[in-house]
Amino acid sequence: MEFAELIKTPRADNVVLHRPFHLAVEGTLCLTGHHLIFSSRRQDNAEELWLLHSNIDSIEKRFVGSLGTIVIKCKDLRIIQLDIPGMEECLNIASSIEVLSTLDSVTLMYPFFYRPMFEVLEDGWSSFLLEQEFELLSSVTNEWRLSCVNKEFSVCPSYPPVVIVPKSIDDEALRKVALFRHGGRFPVLSYYHKKNGMAMLRSSQPLTGTNGRRCKEDEKLVNSTLRSGRRGFVIDTRPLAVAQQARAKGGGFEQEVHYPQWRRIHKCIERFNILQESFIKLVEACNDQSHNMDRWLSKLEASNWLTHIKELLTAACLAAQCIDREGASVLVHGSEGTDSTLQVTSLAQIILDPRCRTIRGFEGLVVREWLQAGHPFQQRCAQSAYSNSKQKWEAPVFLLFLECVWQIHRQFPCSFEFNEQFLIMLFEHAYASQFGTFLGNNENERAKLKLPQKTMSLWSWVNRPEELSRFQNPLYEANSLVIWPSVAPQSLQLWEGVFLRWNRPSRFLEEAEEERINIIKYNKELQAKVNALRRQLAEMETDEEVLEE
Amino acid sequence: QVEQVKLLDRFSTSNKSLTGTLYLTATHLLFIDSSQRETWILHHHIAAVEKLPLTTSGCPLVIQCKNFRIVHFVVPRERDCHDIYNSLLQLSRTAKYEELYAFSYNPKQNESEQVKGWQLIDLAEEYKRMGVPNDYWQLSDANRDYKICETYPRELYVPRTASKPIIVGSSKFRSKGRFPVLSYYHKNKEAAICRCSQPLSGFSARCLEDEHMLQAISKANPSNRYMYVMDTRPKLNAMANRAAGKGYENEDNYSNIRFQFVGIENIHVMRSSLQKLLEVSGTRGLSVNDFLSGLENSGWLRHIKAVLDAAVFLAKAIAVESASVLVHCSDGWDRTSQVCSLGALLLDSYYRTIRGFMVLIEKDWISFGHKFSDRCCQLDGDPKEISPVFTQFLESVWNLTEQFPQAFEYNEAFLLQIHEHVHSCQFGNFLGNCQKEREELKLKEKTYSLWPFLLAEQKKYQNPLYNPDFSPELTLLEPNTVSFNFKFWRNMYHQFDRSMHPRQSMFNLIMNTSEQNKQLEEDIKELEAKIKQRSGQSDVVHVKKQEQMAHPAPVALKSPPCFQKEQPPVPVNDSVRTIEGSNTADNRYSELVSEFSKAEPAVVSLEYGVARMTC
Repeated sequence: MEFAELIKTPRADNVVLHRPFHLAVEGTLCLTGHHLIFSSRRQDNAEELWLLHSNIDSIEKRFVGSLGTIVIKCKDLRIIQLDIPGMEECLNIASSIEVLSTLDSVTLMYPFFYRPMFEVLEDGWSSFLLEQEFELLSSVTNEWRLSCVNKEFSVCPSYPPVVIVPKSIDDEALRKVALFRHGGRFPVLSYYHKKNGMAMLRSSQPLTGTNGRRCKEDEKLVNSTLRSGRRGFVIDTRPLAVAQQARAKGGGFEQEVHYPQWRRIHKCIERFNILQESFIKLVEACNDQSHNMDRWLSKLEASNWLTHIKELLTAACLAAQCIDREGASVLVHGSEGTDSTLQVTSLAQIILDPRCRTIRGFEGLVVREWLQAGHPFQQRCAQSAYSNSKQKWEAPVFLLFLECVWQIHRQFPCSFEFNEQFLIMLFEHAYASQFGTFLGNNENERAKLKLPQKTMSLWSWVNRPEELSRFQNPLYEANSLVIWPSVAPQSLQLWEGVFLRWNRPSRFLEEAEEERINIIKYNKELQAKVNALRRQLAEMETDEEVLEE
Repeated sequence: QVEQVKLLDRFSTSNKSLTGTLYLTATHLLFIDSSQRETWILHHHIAAVEKLPLTTSGCPLVIQCKNFRIVHFVVPRERDCHDIYNSLLQLSRTAKYEELYAFSYNPKQNESEQVKGWQLIDLAEEYKRMGVPNDYWQLSDANRDYKICETYPRELYVPRTASKPIIVGSSKFRSKGRFPVLSYYHKNKEAAICRCSQPLSGFSARCLEDEHMLQAISKANPSNRYMYVMDTRPKLNAMANRAAGKGYENEDNYSNIRFQFVGIENIHVMRSSLQKLLEVSGTRGLSVNDFLSGLENSGWLRHIKAVLDAAVFLAKAIAVESASVLVHCSDGWDRTSQVCSLGALLLDSYYRTIRGFMVLIEKDWISFGHKFSDRCCQLDGDPKEISPVFTQFLESVWNLTEQFPQAFEYNEAFLLQIHEHVHSCQFGNFLGNCQKEREELKLKEKTYSLWPFLLAEQKKYQNPLYNPDFSPELTLLEPNTVSFNFKFWRNMYHQFDRSMHPRQSMFNLIMNTSEQNKQLEEDIKELEAKIKQRSGQSDVVHVKKQEQMAHPAPVALKSPPCFQKEQPPVPVNDSVRTIEGSNTADNRYSELVSEFSKAEPAVVSLEYGVARMTC
């Protein structure tokens, strides 16, 4: 297919761009296969706006006389308005945008066409291999092994080709366990707590069904992670009633009789359309400037967004607590084990593992616990808060995770190597990107699409020193402790950097942030200077002493 | 003194507690726990003491403080508890001003320091700074002996054209005699903020002198012929007041006025609003939705927004339209003080400095007779007079500091400290209800002023991000008052509930780093001077040495190398970056241990699992 066929009006002049808190600008609008480009050539204020079609969540058009207006709502929650003279041009442009922003085929997406303008120093596609992770693990314990049982994606289509499993469990057993777990997602190692040797496993629900099926290999697998005489905890992200209902559909949960060494804890972490609706309601509330206080607060409450944040943080803290404080191993799962499960295991690692609070460590976490673990990014992030389609599989699961990280970041502002911008950047790229990283729903699909060969990895770009410097937190000082956040409602805040980003002037806040950075930078300069002067003085004195002798 | 008293954690659902000894002194309640940590509570800060029903571990005693600290003691013996309870009730209720802490507080200042302290803020000086007296405004001696209005200060500024009969006439037509006077003068726009109380207009009464008074005010502004009259009350309240012979200005009777209601609720609504807010925020195991709906139902943020909206309206009238504004409510000492002071704060960057803020409080709150004694319940009095009007003012300012992080010289700690002392009765500034009363109490001789003490520890209250050039002297600060900008002020209402605060304080880090930077700059200067001196010396020495090899080296060079006395800069980083709640002892997640071992049912239900332990 040629993109040119879809673009009947590639260019329109005298278009006026409206954005909140900016003056309207007149300029030229161009459409390409993947971008909407607006450029104004005003002498005093030349500027260009490049918008990926894939970032467009919805588009509305209306006419007053022959002046057409297009309102574009983006997946990063920005809303812009374009006034286009000429009804035909406007209609053409609107319909092109509609088609181009909702292309079905992944291979037509921009990452397949994007040619980087920078030199690739390190191929991000091979920056975070599980093999490396395993090597680190092997240096502290030999209880685990790397299994290639899923090499052809035949045992579990949503797992990566290699996984880490208990050493005592052979591939044959893994195949049997896979049959007993939803989608073949048998328990694998998610995190190993070096401090006390406890492990966090993740899987999907066991297929016990109504007649209480059991699987000896599954029991053996999970039990092999326990110290003798010690207990483990199963954190089921569903409420008990939901887990019980799941049995009717062949799912279920670990029954006490078959898993006597495990205590099960049910949490309530919402998924799918409940989250998506919450997201839509929250964004609606934030976008309406006319709400009086009562209405704003009741809309904020009705969105339930902060409740989801609190539930999720609480569950993650619980998992972390079981591991670090109880000295117990933990198995986390919900139904499919691709959403709430990953939220909990990855957040628990943020709390427990100082490495995950570094930039590279966090990237590794996203790769391991989200991309390789088979979170269906393409489905979940197909549409954002402005979508009209009520597809069942869209949900801001990853955004919720990022926001929870942000909440912890707020409470421990010196313990993270990255800043808020880094989290916002990941949110943007998960929804629309020139990079192939978040395309596809699992490693299997990515391999079939040959993404590593055909597209650029986000990490290749982010990890270049120029880019990295934008995402560094100047306050960072490595903190090897476990960081326990407060989950009291008074301690949680709306993530203004995402939800109010386009809704209020932020200049003063940005300038203040810059000033903070300057104070820290200046401090480092002064320290260095004082040290240099001290050394100089000391040298002078020793010289003199030498002279004296 | 009572031993073996337990101090419970307010938000913990388990019975974790600190055991220690409780002491009652003449001024404070003191609790020393087993690790010798001290908790001091000033008796004047105690708002309420409550005895709860006896439990197995003893008799619980809950103390609520005006600075929003809530402590929960368990006293082992009921008799002791009863005694403490009674003592506290007596100690926290003072009948006479002379018994307040301020009269016994002795900060070891000599008399001249005390006098100087009281002279630190000079309002005459402040009016001069604003540019009055001038061609249009003059100092009136009408109230020199508090004859016209007891609750106003002696010195009042009025339009030159307002003669004494007009002033007297107008004051008779205004509630409590509080006739229109100048509160702030904007010298660039030549426009004024004036304040007064409601007119005694009833349904139809008029007063020519009062009409003249308003005309004099609008004529005192050469750049605009109309003026605004802002009634800060909701229209319904103002109308209801007419039945009692009070009310609001009839636009038909006054020439060139634009009348405007702004709808800030009265002290009673505010009092119950705060009460609701505290009830909600004090709930254990609070869910997000209960918190948000509680916040909404309390109406607290709505009130804060209303106050700030009114101030923005006022400031814009002056800065954009160059129109003078007369502000009043009922008596003109609560909402009027809020709106006038916030309006001035938006207009004039001087009030965003530490000293300027003190001046602002002295002017619009203390001198114009905001009834601090009644509103803060300094003496045992009518509970219906208590209202968090001044707290709302501080919260509005805090909101502005959040929106304009670089516009204010002072920080949140400054606002909190002022709030603390408005209720502490430790200094004389806020005692009493008006200037006349303060003079009668001889506060300037018998007590000390708070301001010099705050200035002395200025460092603590400085905003490290402050940029004096942020807004040139008289440019308007225009806050965004869309609802989502107003946040719950956790550091005020939970200032003593440390588990709710960020575990690492970015604010402290920046404060200390900025402080350290100043120290380092000094160090560099000193080092450079030494190096310069030394390199000069060593040249000399060098020459000398060559000349007189036989002579012993100059003595001066034998002194210890000077760099040794210079220790590396204070290791602020270590202290700053301490993480609260992240060491084992502090961490309440460990409470789960016992719960797990106790809980043996098939399904362990831990609904509040972590929340319980964190909050």
